[in-house]
Amino acid sequence: MIEMKGVRKVYPNGVTALNGISLNIEQGEFVYVVGPSGAGKSTFIKLMYRETTPTSGSVLINGHDLSEVKRKDIPKLRRDIGVVFQDFKLLPRLTVYENVAFALEVIEESPKKIRRKVMDVLDLVKLKNKARFKPTELSGGEQQRVAIARAIVNNPKIMIADEPTGNLDPDTSWDIMRIFTEVNNRGTTVLMATHSKDIVNTFKQRVVAIEQGRIVRDEQRGDYGYEA
Amino acid sequence: MTTGMKLKTLKRHFVEGSKNIVRNGWMTVASVGSVTTTLILVSVFLVLIFNLNTIATNVEEDVEIKVYIDLAADQAAIDKLESQIKTIEEVSYLQFSSKENELEELIADLGEEGEYWGMFEQDNPLNDAFVVKTEDPLDIKKVATSINKFDNVFSVEYGEEVIQKLFKFNEYARYIGIALIAALILTAGFLISNTIKITIIARSREINIMKLVGATNGFIRWPFFIEGLLMGLLGAIIPVVVVLVGYHYLYDSLQGVNFPYFELLPYNPFAWQIALILLGIGAVIGMWGSVMSVRKFLKV
Repeated sequence: MIEMKGVRKVYPNGVTALNGISLNIEQGEFVYVVGPSGAGKSTFIKLMYRETTPTSGSVLINGHDLSEVKRKDIPKLRRDIGVVFQDFKLLPRLTVYENVAFALEVIEESPKKIRRKVMDVLDLVKLKNKARFKPTELSGGEQQRVAIARAIVNNPKIMIADEPTGNLDPDTSWDIMRIFTEVNNRGTTVLMATHSKDIVNTFKQRVVAIEQGRIVRDEQRGDYGYEA
Repeated sequence: MTTGMKLKTLKRHFVEGSKNIVRNGWMTVASVGSVTTTLILVSVFLVLIFNLNTIATNVEEDVEIKVYIDLAADQAAIDKLESQIKTIEEVSYLQFSSKENELEELIADLGEEGEYWGMFEQDNPLNDAFVVKTEDPLDIKKVATSINKFDNVFSVEYGEEVIQKLFKFNEYARYIGIALIAALILTAGFLISNTIKITIIARSREINIMKLVGATNGFIRWPFFIEGLLMGLLGAIIPVVVVLVGYHYLYDSLQGVNFPYFELLPYNPFAWQIALILLGIGAVIGMWGSVMSVRKFLKV
């Protein structure tokens, strides 16, 4: 599903973010990416949805080398990947419903399918009753649920989350994790960068730890391993 | 761009493009204003050039050589000259004009003043002449020079200077006009591109999300093309009105003027053609402006 081979990433300013990363992630896995700030977690995540490309080595998703994908084919590729961020990235002028529908409108889905899919996914994240609200009228946790709904509304094969609970209190974080688990149970591969010891130690999954651009630990049902 | 774009998608791009126009307020006004200024100048220039061209062509087509025959030439000499002129390849028209005929024409041409020439009817001082025309007016000079070498030619006359001046003027007007308009079009294009840049920056968040969820580059770009196109077309509205009204006025007020060769191109279809050209240029400026900014600032 996801395969990294000897990935190195050196930014133009000379900073080496990743220094020889190799790993395999199978379809349906749930993987935490942990490590200190500046260890290269964000770069790791960005490579997955081709926000950036490796300096050397390769990232393969479903057998496609992301460095060799033609520019015009990148959009198609991204439709198989849902991305969730710490800061939600919602459009404030749109309602909850419209924010989620936006993801389908811009890939030119039919209106009928949009309505059905959006209502289904809002049901999953338990925000059906707030479909007409604007993001500013919601709590942080609710906003993140909207962002998750947007990421998964197109049934992506992979969901990538960069510190999705970073701005949320513990109770709200549990809600988010329950949704992630649900999404994962439906067969979607989940890749999540996090700093939350509680989450990693409670919802036990595979843990990949990155330090100074290298994988220092890769354990099934691992622990967070750092002091919070 | 996506081929076979759905109607709904096209509508969405138009709505988005129009929203951007309104959202940018004064920047849009400035861009549209600059297109308007440019196109008004373009229209004045086009009207001038096309009409000058027509007048020049009218004059050109009417250019003839008058070959005045020596007074001493007898009929045999005149016949010989005629056959000599006929041998010149470029000559398309040759007509003998007796001195009586010449005097009549002179009197007619001069109008009131010509009446005084009437007294010469008994004792005509003019020469017999041949009227020569060429297939291509540009051969006039060459043909005139050849004829001048024949025997029994008193003088050869043609309106060289007037034509040359007219063509020169026309040419200069064209160069200056093109340079001026090119500069203005550039300015207008840059203003439009700058306005669109502002839209792109203001909507960078939205554009990012569109990229993340897999919108195609074409889909992301379209609203900006439409924004540019609309600005260009909006800028053409006032110039089109100016041409349609202004040329009507000009045409009417110059209708009574009766200079030789001076004749304005008829309002219909000329004014409408110019209007169409202005809309076309407006659209091109707009699209060009948007292509520039989209290329530069929209890394999709």
